[in-house]
Amino acid sequence: MNGSAPAARGPGRRPRARGPVLDRPAVAFWVFAGPFTAGLALFTVVPVLWSVYLSFFDARNTVAPTTFVGLRNYTDMLTSPAFLDSLLTFTVFAACTVPLMFAGSLALALLLHRARWAQPVLRSVYFLPAACSYVAASLIWKLSIFNGVRFGLANTVLGWFGAEPVAWLSVTDPPWYWLALVTVRLWLQVGFYMLIFLAGLQRVPRELYEAAWVDGAATGWSTFRHITLPQLHATSAAVLLLNLVAAYQAFDEFYNLLGTDGYYPPYARPPLVYLYFTALGAGQDFGRGSAGAVILALLIALATMAQGRFLGFGRSRA
Amino acid sequence: MAHRSPFPHSRRTFLRMSGLSAAALVAAGCGSNTGRPGSAQGDELVHWYHQYGEDGVRQAVERYAAEFEGADVRVQWTPGNYDTKLQSALQGSGPPDVFEYQTKVDLVRAGLLEPLDDVIADARDDFTEAALASHTVDGTVYGIPQAVDTQVLVYRRSLLSDAGLEPPTTFDALLDAARTLTGGDRKGLFVGNDGGVATLAPLALFSVGLAYVTDDHRVGFAEPEAADAYGRLRELFESDALLLGAPTDWSDPAAFVQGLTAMQWTGLWALPQIEEAFPGDYGVLPWPRLIDAGADSVPVGAFGAMAYAEGAKVDTAKEYIRWLWVERTDLQEDFNLGYGFHIPPRRSIAENADALAEGPAADVVRYVDELGRTSSPPEWTPAMESVLKDALTRIIKDGADPEPELRAAAEGVQDELDRLYG
Repeated sequence: MNGSAPAARGPGRRPRARGPVLDRPAVAFWVFAGPFTAGLALFTVVPVLWSVYLSFFDARNTVAPTTFVGLRNYTDMLTSPAFLDSLLTFTVFAACTVPLMFAGSLALALLLHRARWAQPVLRSVYFLPAACSYVAASLIWKLSIFNGVRFGLANTVLGWFGAEPVAWLSVTDPPWYWLALVTVRLWLQVGFYMLIFLAGLQRVPRELYEAAWVDGAATGWSTFRHITLPQLHATSAAVLLLNLVAAYQAFDEFYNLLGTDGYYPPYARPPLVYLYFTALGAGQDFGRGSAGAVILALLIALATMAQGRFLGFGRSRA
Repeated sequence: MAHRSPFPHSRRTFLRMSGLSAAALVAAGCGSNTGRPGSAQGDELVHWYHQYGEDGVRQAVERYAAEFEGADVRVQWTPGNYDTKLQSALQGSGPPDVFEYQTKVDLVRAGLLEPLDDVIADARDDFTEAALASHTVDGTVYGIPQAVDTQVLVYRRSLLSDAGLEPPTTFDALLDAARTLTGGDRKGLFVGNDGGVATLAPLALFSVGLAYVTDDHRVGFAEPEAADAYGRLRELFESDALLLGAPTDWSDPAAFVQGLTAMQWTGLWALPQIEEAFPGDYGVLPWPRLIDAGADSVPVGAFGAMAYAEGAKVDTAKEYIRWLWVERTDLQEDFNLGYGFHIPPRRSIAENADALAEGPAADVVRYVDELGRTSSPPEWTPAMESVLKDALTRIIKDGADPEPELRAAAEGVQDELDRLYG
């Protein structure tokens, strides 16, 4: 609404009826915001509400159900071992990716921040993978890097040390597939979060460091610990939150690395993959699928609020 | 079942297709319209196909459609996930009048498929038994088989004879051969990167004389023999003789052609590429029996042409299907042998086809006739399939105890069967 405020002052001096239609603040507002609002309502709000509606019905093979079942879909999902297992899969995935992504992108940003030359080039190089699609990256990981034959990249490296080739994505004991799942996400996203940290670093006032040095603080770890990190508080909170939500929404790399021919194995099945197959795959069960989606949305909301509380995300710094 | 799509798109054919589609657009002049002026009756039919991997199939089916005089037929070519798109279309969002798919009992129970007994009546005896069985529910035919596809065990003759091995005709002999032929960068056998979950689920049951579902609609795999059969697949997975994690999966002959494996389970469609790589130096076998009471088998799958039962033009649709897939045998031959490599479902055509007259291809035709089993019968729904595959993945990959896994899966499948046949 901020944008329309100055517009309201100008033409307000003239009698309203005589000015061009577009000069009226309400009209101008809706011309700009209307299409977006309509799109949001049509493609996001309506489906979300419809999904909530479906979650209270027996909606197998139909999106216009008639049998009301109350909370049965919710109790089914919350007692389904497969759904609970998918939450566990998410937890493992988040526990691996969130800290690694945080540490990796922060480290890259610190290094790049100190780079004396070629900083813009290096910044672009690290950011470039973020422009690659998850599907394409997953295919590269699956076909070239983590294939099971001797000439795969990962197995070639193993071969230098005399180790036998490993079928990374086919075996479950040990669960090597996690290596592919985690690394593909790191490669794709670390540059993006690095940029966010870099922006944060550039906003840290230089005088703080100078003052610290004058006071005798050693460069390196203690400066980082007591000045850089606290100054990056808001940025860190944002990165952690975005990472956690992204981990909840993981779908592409799992589906493309481990699924074949429209079938996904019963291990390493994150919530969205499980719900996809429940609602749209073999199951065609929109009631339970929607119930699962609502549960997942509530979990994300809860996690976000908890994180906001602990890390102070969204609060303005004093 | 992996056999769902009879013409899988390998990466290569897919790339070829995408390159070709631009040319196809120019050639066709417009999207999918037949370009024919309105017919006298003014009826318009919409006919759905999934995206075939082979060059020229789309132009062929559009040409067939244009030749039909009883109505204007508009072909809709459907890239991407055909199953999902068709399922949601059948549930209300613009269902096609005619489409290709597998006959499944849940679709029949939902009243979506029109019975086609009268359409096929004249030629019923001429269709391959297993292909027709895959479209028959309670004795009624719901889909007219268009093209038969199957899978076979391909082996290198020279590698086997160098090792002093006979082509394996039992599971034990196959396991032995796979172990013997493993060495260096080559593994003995390739049945898919999932260790055979997708390809071998029905065949392992046939190999001990069982099947997914019995004739009286009971679960067929709750027997101890089934646990043995699947337990042996775990043994194969652990044997170190199995190729896992190949860049391309079982449906593509690349692993075999590149010498990564001495034997591979793959589709009939792969034979032309294999012939090109090893002319005369390969043979084909069915999946061998495990016990004497079991059977050698090849899986048979066939997409069928179907009519949407609640459509307004269902009679015209049936007439069109009869004309295309029963009357015009020349079109069936063109469709099966003109572009890829498939077996015409009508024996009278398959027997006279030159491409299938000799060599391994002739063996495959014989296997289909004598040993062919429907790999995904109508009573076997996608929901049941995913229940069994989950259990099978745990047995093969995690080494879970087969008996309790299968018992739990059997319960889930029986519930579903009771719902559909109860």
